[in-house]
Amino acid sequence: MIINSNNLTKLFITSTMIGLQSCGQSGQNTPTIQKLTITGSSTVAPLVGEIAKRFEAENSEVRIDVQTGGSSRGIADVESAVADIGMVSRALKEEEKGKLYGFVIAKDGIGIIVHSSNPVKEINDEQVVAIYQGEIDNWKEVGGKDAPITVVNKAEGRSTLELFLKYFQLKNSQIKAKVVIGDNQQGTKTVAGNENAIGYVSVGAAEYEIDQGVPIKLLPVGGVEATSETVRDGSFPLSRPLTVITKNQPEGLTEEFIQFAQSEEVHDLVRGQNLIPFQTK
Amino acid sequence: MTWLEDKISSPSKLNKSSQFDWDWVLVWVLRIMAAITGAIVLLIVIFLILESLPFLLVKGIGPFFTDPTWNPTEGLYNFTPMLWGTLLATMGSVVVATPLGIISALFCQYYAPVAMGNLYRRLIELLAGIPSVVYGFWGLVVLVPLINRLHPPGASLLAGIIILTIMILPTIALVADASFGKVPQEYLLGATSLGLSKWGTICNVVFPAAKSGLFTGVILTVGRAIGETMAVLMVCGNVVETPSSIFDPIRTLTANIALEMAYALGNHRSALFVSGLALMAIIVLLAVAAEVITVTSSPVTKNS
Repeated sequence: MIINSNNLTKLFITSTMIGLQSCGQSGQNTPTIQKLTITGSSTVAPLVGEIAKRFEAENSEVRIDVQTGGSSRGIADVESAVADIGMVSRALKEEEKGKLYGFVIAKDGIGIIVHSSNPVKEINDEQVVAIYQGEIDNWKEVGGKDAPITVVNKAEGRSTLELFLKYFQLKNSQIKAKVVIGDNQQGTKTVAGNENAIGYVSVGAAEYEIDQGVPIKLLPVGGVEATSETVRDGSFPLSRPLTVITKNQPEGLTEEFIQFAQSEEVHDLVRGQNLIPFQTK
Repeated sequence: MTWLEDKISSPSKLNKSSQFDWDWVLVWVLRIMAAITGAIVLLIVIFLILESLPFLLVKGIGPFFTDPTWNPTEGLYNFTPMLWGTLLATMGSVVVATPLGIISALFCQYYAPVAMGNLYRRLIELLAGIPSVVYGFWGLVVLVPLINRLHPPGASLLAGIIILTIMILPTIALVADASFGKVPQEYLLGATSLGLSKWGTICNVVFPAAKSGLFTGVILTVGRAIGETMAVLMVCGNVVETPSSIFDPIRTLTANIALEMAYALGNHRSALFVSGLALMAIIVLLAVAAEVITVTSSPVTKNS
């Protein structure tokens, strides 16, 4: 065991040295380069990342750093001035409107997904509520085969979960889930691997995975097909605005970027992410 | 070792006036490094305590055990189901992995031809180097659907135990292999000259001699299993419930932190740091246990 502790010490020394090295390399910015830090929702980040790339291409003196970590992180980072702009995948709450400035850049829908071999074509809102509360626990009760339902829910604090709960007027403590997942991809993988699972993910993400051949399908919500088309024209009920936020009235570079993100110049990028462009006027 | 001291001709002692004292430099570099390392550990603990305090001061430790559920956004913070999840997954995997690891080390040391033993050792080392997220991904797309066919929903305590077993097996196998390797050659020669069979030698000579190393190995693997996050998060289902069977989903404390930290604010965030502090306490207890076992039962310590 003496040998073991020596090895540990070596490891610690090496890792400390690596740590010190990387400290020395940061902070080499030329003063003429302007930096913009954007953090927040993993749903909004891919879009903002694309917009940021195009913005950088048009303004060579600007560097934009886009980081994910969820809507809550976006809000926390903007409030503590860690980030210049935050990304949230929902509308601002009433109490947040007083403290923050929100700018909608696109809209997204949340779709209910099941395995593609599931014979069920449609379930109404009451049935979704009953399934998520555990009152219906077999697919045959909603016209499917005789098999227990695996309810897939999202982890606490995710904006997808909040929107889902709000639409179906549920509390998270009422939901009897069999699996709890983190991000959209884990959700589609879980449903794809379980013929009797039901879950909900971003419509854009689900459509992308379906195009990649993942065996899942989207069910209609409130009688409306869940496609990027219905999200785009606003008829799909379970949808949310993707918002960027700032602490103060944006000015300078921040204002330029937000105006750019809301302009028609980026609508192709928004559509490329299976989202609907949002008009401010 | 003291009797050797005057026989070693240390250059720093002989040529103090003419040569630069490298020993002095080395000692101080090592001291500073050790101080930095110690400070990092202390800072982490202080940081955890500071982040936990807002919650502990207002609500105390009670809500973690007495609230009806874990729903932080509704102000409910019972984390005992996750404590159980962590303990059951850890214990389950250690109970399965320990005998397997020890058997694999025995094969490597005493039964395999030298060339095959070396090749086998390299393979186990390779297994130890695979990133945990790879195991998790494999578990999610292969293991979970497999268990689902046996007993839905598939994402379960069993899946977690299997994945963790595969992950900690290399650790216990390599540590056991190293402690068998350190059993003095004379013991084995003595046993052979007494006409003991191979298995008799292993049972009565090797195991007692390697005991402390094996115990330390087990405790190291317990630490690794408790700390594992990504793989467990992907296969365990993450439902906050005390499992009643091996097919029930569980959420471990580490998975809980990984799932919710990025999205947590205020009391919720603080409560997650408290669970981090609880994990830290478990790891400290394990480290102390490992130390006590090594000191009290190591034959090497007794002899020297």
